Amino acid sequence: MARFEILMFAAARELSGTDLLVVEMESPIAAGEIMNRIGEIVPAIAPMLPACRLAVDQSFVGGEALVDAGAEVALIPPVSGG
Amino acid sequence: MNQSCNEHASDHSPQRPVPADRILIELTHQRIDVGALRGHITDPDTGAHAWFEGVTRRMTAGRETVKLAYEAFEPMAVSELRQLAVQACERFDLAAIVIVHRLGEVAIGEPSIVIGCSAAHRVGALTALPWLMDRIKADVPIWKREHFADGNQQWIHPQ
Repeated sequence: MARFEILMFAAARELSGTDLLVVEMESPIAAGEIMNRIGEIVPAIAPMLPACRLAVDQSFVGGEALVDAGAEVALIPPVSGG
Repeated sequence: MNQSCNEHASDHSPQRPVPADRILIELTHQRIDVGALRGHITDPDTGAHAWFEGVTRRMTAGRETVKLAYEAFEPMAVSELRQLAVQACERFDLAAIVIVHRLGEVAIGEPSIVIGCSAAHRVGALTALPWLMDRIKADVPIWKREHFADGNQQWIHPQ
């Protein structure tokens, strides 16, 4: 098991009560599985997860992408800039 | 990242590489001074300068807003904005572009985003603006929190 740190923003940050969610998971792990684990750990976020994306090292990735511990992982809720 | 704007320019355009310093991307907590940005897109070979300002609106569907507050995943937002700017340069033959997004609280009537671009002809410059805004609203990690006159506030997360 390895330590993953997941950056949280906007409503996801408020619902989880932290801007950095620390999760112990096997490495590497599929991005989609990281999303599932986030939903298990913070059930309050689960309803919004289908609309969220994961960014790894500041690029969006699909659910199949493998993520290594040590990568910069961020949960990106639907954006509303502009 | 290759910031040359001319890599995929159309055949009728001169092969004029656009230096990285003609792409200005900025996130700021200060009020955006549009006038101070004008000089960035000035170019003697352009015939069109186009600007867009997105400002805080007071009424939405009958509900009164008192202010907006923005937050960003800043390094990724800058990276995404820069990629979009480079793509816009290639697609619309822009000579220069500036994109500034404000963070923190933005009062009614103040700009949250300013985009300016210059091109040889008006169509490229004018068409680049909605193209950029659509993509910024879809892919750049910036979030808006709306503060209403009735005291409620909520993150805006379009589905």
